[in-house]
Amino acid sequence: MKNLILIIVSTALVNNVVLSQFLGICSFLGVSAQKKASLSLGLAVTAVLTVSSLVAALLYQYALLPLHLEYLKTIVFILVIAALVQMVEMFLKKNAHGVYQSLGIYLPLITTNCAVLGVALTNVQNGYSILESTVAGLGTAVGYTVAIVLLAAIREHIDQEAVPAPFRGAPIVLLCATLMAMAFMGFASLG
Amino acid sequence: MHIVMISTLVIGLVGLILGGALVTASKKFYVETDDRVTKVRQCLRGANCGACGYAGCDAVAEAMVRGEARVDACPGNSTENIAKIAAILGKETVDQDPQVAYVQCAGTCDATRPKARYVGIADCRAAYLSGLNFGSCAFGCLGLGSCIHVCPQGAISIRDGIAVVDSHKCVGCGMCAKACPKGVIAMHDRTTKVAVRCSNQNRGPAVKRVCSAGCIGCGICVKQCQQGAITLENNLSRVDPEKCIGCGKCVEKCPTGSIRFL
Repeated sequence: MKNLILIIVSTALVNNVVLSQFLGICSFLGVSAQKKASLSLGLAVTAVLTVSSLVAALLYQYALLPLHLEYLKTIVFILVIAALVQMVEMFLKKNAHGVYQSLGIYLPLITTNCAVLGVALTNVQNGYSILESTVAGLGTAVGYTVAIVLLAAIREHIDQEAVPAPFRGAPIVLLCATLMAMAFMGFASLG
Repeated sequence: MHIVMISTLVIGLVGLILGGALVTASKKFYVETDDRVTKVRQCLRGANCGACGYAGCDAVAEAMVRGEARVDACPGNSTENIAKIAAILGKETVDQDPQVAYVQCAGTCDATRPKARYVGIADCRAAYLSGLNFGSCAFGCLGLGSCIHVCPQGAISIRDGIAVVDSHKCVGCGMCAKACPKGVIAMHDRTTKVAVRCSNQNRGPAVKRVCSAGCIGCGICVKQCQQGAITLENNLSRVDPEKCIGCGKCVEKCPTGSIRFL
C-alpha cells in the first residue's frame, strides 16, 4: 500500500509528466486556454492513460514476456493506445457532445500524446507489476490534469492583463509554463 | 516456429481483438450524424486554415448546419460552392465576391536601397518589433516572409525582396493580410482591375528619395481617368473598383509605374 502511494506521489508531483519530463507539451499548450476544456482533456487523458497502462501491462506480462517478444512492446502499446483513444472519442461523441466539440482535434491527438506511450514504456522499464503500472498511469494522468488546469487558470487571468505586445500569445504562455516547472522542482525534496 | 511468424501472429491477434472491440464500441456508441454536415463539408476547401474563426472545416460545416454560421462563413469559398451549401441547407445564397490578396509594394531590391543588414529572426513580425527600419522605405514589404508561413495554399513567394501573391492559387482567406505587421498586403475584390502597388503615405519627394517604384501622389492618374474612379488619399492613389472599367490609361501614364493591373 505504502508503495502504491509513493508511486502516485512520485508520478503526479515529483516526476510530473509535463513539467519535469516534458512529455505531452503539445496538448498542454494547445488546450489550456479555458479551464473547462482543459479539465475535460485532463479527464479524457486520465481515462486513456489508466486503461492503457493496465492493458499494456497485461499484454506485456502475459503475452510478450512468455513469448520472448519484449522488443515488440512499442508497436503493441501503440496499437492499444490508438484503439483506446478511438473508444474514448466515440464515448464522448455519444455522451458528452459539448466536450467532444470543445476538444476538437486534440482528442484524436491523444493517440500521439507522447505521455501515454511514455508511461507504458517507463512502467516496463521500472519493472512495475500490473497493479503498480495501473496506479502509475493514474498518477501520471493526475499530474497531467493538475498541470494543464493550473496553466489554464493562469492563462484566463493573463487574458485580462495588459501584456506587453512582444509577449502576447505563445511567449507569455511558455514563460508561465517555465515558472510552473521551476515551482514543481520544489517537489523533488519530497523524495 | 519461426520468430517472425510468432511476432506476426501476436501483432495480428492483438490487432484483431482491438479491431473487434472497436467495432462493438462503434455500434454501441453510434451517434446519428446529420448527413448534411458531410455534404456541406465537401463544398469547403478543406485547407483547415481557420480564417472562418472555427476550429477547422469540419467545425464550420457543423456550425453552418446548426445555423450558427452563415453559408458564406468560409472567406475562401467560391460563389459556386456557397450556392451549393445554400441549396443543401435550403437557405438563400449570398453573393460574396471572392477576394484576392494584393501586395501594395513594388519596392524590389532595384527600386529600394537597404539601410542596414538585418540579422535577427527571419520573420517580419520579429523584425517589426525590433523597431528598426533596415530598408530605405519605412512603409514597404520587409521581405522576410511571415505571410508565406501563414498561407494555407502556398500562394506567396518572395521574389526580388518583396512578397508576390500567385492570384491563381490565392483563395482570399486573408490570413496573410492579418499576419503582415506593416499592413502591406490588402484584400481586394476579384473584380478589381487596377490598384496601386505602394503603401508609402509620405509626400512625393520623400517617396522618390527612398524608392523608384513608389506612388508619389502626383495625381496624373486622377487626371487621366475619365471615369473619375481614382482619388488621392494620404498621398496615395486609390482606385474605386466600382467605377473602374480597366481602360489602362492610368497604368500607361504613371511616371513611376506604381499603378498596375492586378
